[in-house]
Amino acid sequence: MEENYIKHQYAPILPEKDEWPVVKLARERKEFVKKVATLSEGRILDLIGKNPEILKEELETTLYREKLRIKQNPWDVDPDDEGPFWGEVKNNLLQIHSEVSGTKAKKLEAYQEVLRKITSRYSEEIASNFKASHYKFTRRVVTYGFSRLLNAARVKGFGSLFSNQFTLQDKIQITGQTAQLRELATKGTVVMVPTHFSNLDSVLIGWIISVLGMPPFIYGAGLNLFNISIFAYFMNALGAYKVDRRKKNMMYLETLKTYSKEAIQFGCHSLFFPGGTRSRSGIIESKLKLGLLSTAIEAQRANFENGMTDVSGKIFIVPVTINYHFVLEAPGLIQDYLSQTGQERYYKENDEFSTSYKISKFLFKFFTKGSDISVSIGRAMDVMGNYVDQDGKSLDKWGRVVNTQEYFMSNGKVTVDAQREEEYTQMLGKRIVEEFHKINRVFSSHLVAFVAFELIKSKNAKLDLFDLIRLPQEDLVLNYEEFKAACQRVLDQIFELKAQGKIDSAPHLNRSMDEIITHGLENVGMYHAKRPLIKDKSGNLTTEDMSLLYFYHNRLHGYGLEKLF
Amino acid sequence: MGMALKNSSKSQPIGVIGVGSFGTAIANMLAEKNEVMVYARKQEVVEEINTQHSASGKILNPKIRATFSPEELCTSCGVLFFMIPSAAFLEVTRTFAPFLHPYHLVIHGTKGLAVQLADGEQWDTLKKLRRKQILTMSEVIVQETLAVRVGCLAGPNISKELSDGQPAATVIASKYNEVIQEGQRLLRSEKFQVYGNSDIIGVELSGVLKNIIAIAAGALAGLGLGENAKGLLISRGIVEMAHLSKALGGTASSVMGLAGIGDLVTTCNSPDSRNFTVGFRLAKGESLSQIMASMEEVAEGVNTIRIVDAFLKTAGIRAPITENLHRVLFEDLSIEEALQFLMKYPFSVDVDFV
Repeated sequence: MEENYIKHQYAPILPEKDEWPVVKLARERKEFVKKVATLSEGRILDLIGKNPEILKEELETTLYREKLRIKQNPWDVDPDDEGPFWGEVKNNLLQIHSEVSGTKAKKLEAYQEVLRKITSRYSEEIASNFKASHYKFTRRVVTYGFSRLLNAARVKGFGSLFSNQFTLQDKIQITGQTAQLRELATKGTVVMVPTHFSNLDSVLIGWIISVLGMPPFIYGAGLNLFNISIFAYFMNALGAYKVDRRKKNMMYLETLKTYSKEAIQFGCHSLFFPGGTRSRSGIIESKLKLGLLSTAIEAQRANFENGMTDVSGKIFIVPVTINYHFVLEAPGLIQDYLSQTGQERYYKENDEFSTSYKISKFLFKFFTKGSDISVSIGRAMDVMGNYVDQDGKSLDKWGRVVNTQEYFMSNGKVTVDAQREEEYTQMLGKRIVEEFHKINRVFSSHLVAFVAFELIKSKNAKLDLFDLIRLPQEDLVLNYEEFKAACQRVLDQIFELKAQGKIDSAPHLNRSMDEIITHGLENVGMYHAKRPLIKDKSGNLTTEDMSLLYFYHNRLHGYGLEKLF
Repeated sequence: MGMALKNSSKSQPIGVIGVGSFGTAIANMLAEKNEVMVYARKQEVVEEINTQHSASGKILNPKIRATFSPEELCTSCGVLFFMIPSAAFLEVTRTFAPFLHPYHLVIHGTKGLAVQLADGEQWDTLKKLRRKQILTMSEVIVQETLAVRVGCLAGPNISKELSDGQPAATVIASKYNEVIQEGQRLLRSEKFQVYGNSDIIGVELSGVLKNIIAIAAGALAGLGLGENAKGLLISRGIVEMAHLSKALGGTASSVMGLAGIGDLVTTCNSPDSRNFTVGFRLAKGESLSQIMASMEEVAEGVNTIRIVDAFLKTAGIRAPITENLHRVLFEDLSIEEALQFLMKYPFSVDVDFV
């Protein structure tokens, strides 16, 4: 009926743990943290043109914001000495103001001293606590524990549905350019950029990376995740460094960027969620946060500057989409989205992904019941968005080899031009979004949610989103035959787009339309208390939660499929 | 090739592609400070330049060398000026594409739009165009070549006045500061001021859209109308250009600059310009085909009106001057009727885009 997903055993690409750049980095953690602090200090000084007055202002702004954060938004993970540290910064600033007089150079030196303290602290705070032994342990626990769960449940009742050997790869299918990714990871430095819909993504991607036989990737995980003890353990084990989204001050952001850039230059494969946070609306990210992405471009240019012109100095951008039938946090996410866009017209409730208990419960459900996940690995690109071949050579649209270094050259030399690199970052962001759409894998659940929402919308053409969500139950019933016909129209168009290489689809979409719909209804948002789409007693379709339906429908936004209604 | 490699970066010549009147004027201005290499397709033109220092009679600075090899030009030069008529733009760009590298800086001086058709689509039968199907010249370069650091040159630059050394100014627009700075460094002189603008799409569109208004200005002159009418046209023309520019991805403020108002005023007062002539002869009762038959090159504004009119059908905005000129050119409306229509059109607000 449909092609079977083939499970692969991937041999480790770097068998000796000591050879992993991430292990080397952990060994040299202390020096690395210091280097990042010093380089960040230099970067900030350059940005402010070494002007003591501006530096003073920036220091005061940072101090003010940090004090405010400590007071208004404290978290469990925050270290105890935060108050005293910033108190000391305050004293230092006051002291300089009253005591240091005379030349600009003297003042600059005094303020620079304070700056150094701050970048050192931030750098230490951001740095990961990766330990290879923890990593190995966690990996084993995850793989072993999850497959126990899986097998236990399956043997009891669902055994006949699946092949006789259950591993995580039965639940989570890895498709796409896996061979290329493994190949390139031995040659240069990989920066993986996945879509982001769920907090589970970090753990999932960590697992994928290890299944593919690759060394751990380092990545910036939101510090808020470290509040949850389960996640904190995983994150540390997976080589995560910490990104504190509460800190928006320039000094923190520059230190963070320096950390990321230096780690890439060190040869550590990295992972960014380029959307910044989880997609609130369920729409595939279309605008990316460019801050961390710019560090990939900077690192690439720096490698060229340092004469690393062969493939070992090359940075490969690998887009990845994670495709779910079900996003645990969907109710919270979509309410966030609606309250942001609708302001006073919408009120939000709670966040489902808030405690270790809830997550464990979810994981248990996930592994003991249906609902598969697939992860699509896209074609690798250079930092300019050109595809690269198996050897890491960049190719242009016509298949000619491109020398990536030439994008950074003027008058025959590699030059540093921040404004140029800003533009390049935007171009790269656009290319990643394009690739996301191409490798996005359509599931039955996406199809049924999309069609149901669009049908309801077209029947109520005059209503806006917020009115649609408030429609009474009796206006939300769709005739099955009409629904089925619309699904066929949309699916035909999806296949047409697929033939043009603009989207991908799961094998289960090759079944008959009735089967696809049944499969979709079973899976769409399957664990939510209120289901986004169900069949009623008379065989027609209805929704229990219109905003959830909207969320799952959004997965197919951006392909012009709305025009079919 | 061998020669090119010997050149150190300092003595790299500046490349100019196209030796029409504007290309020649720019090449001469560049040659005041730099070595210049120009590209011409015909061997006899290349020889004329290299031996007699003239191109089809136009005098060239003796420092300018010519070549008919795109490869030689691209290997010798890091900065290239594309100064070619819009009808030939795509073809010439494709000729150069194999030799252009990501390190090249490319600045073009062409005012036109290209239409991108899918397989099997015919421009003649298309009535509607989406923005995606329309390319500005910089978009053509980025799409067809590996060059990314692209800029454009636009403004009130009548070639003859430039050649005579009269004072003038231009704007170089690019997303890349380095392109703007390089353009300024190469072209700026006591008689020539060079402004920068980061809104390249807006500047390109200003130069393109003003051709529409120039046809209308010619028509007013052909009808024997006076300065009040011209003032009215320029002012309403700017409003229309600003709205169109925004709809096509530029900013309204670029229309206020040299490439917009600056060039518009100049063109509306130059009876020699091709677009003005088309309008003038329309008003004298000739049909478009009669006018086209006796003109060597197509007036760019005619093409622009077709493209913009097709775009309006998908953009959901109105542009009364363009729409009425389209009806005059392609649908048999008379100029007098079009003018009547415009005078009755319910514009109520003077300026609504700033």
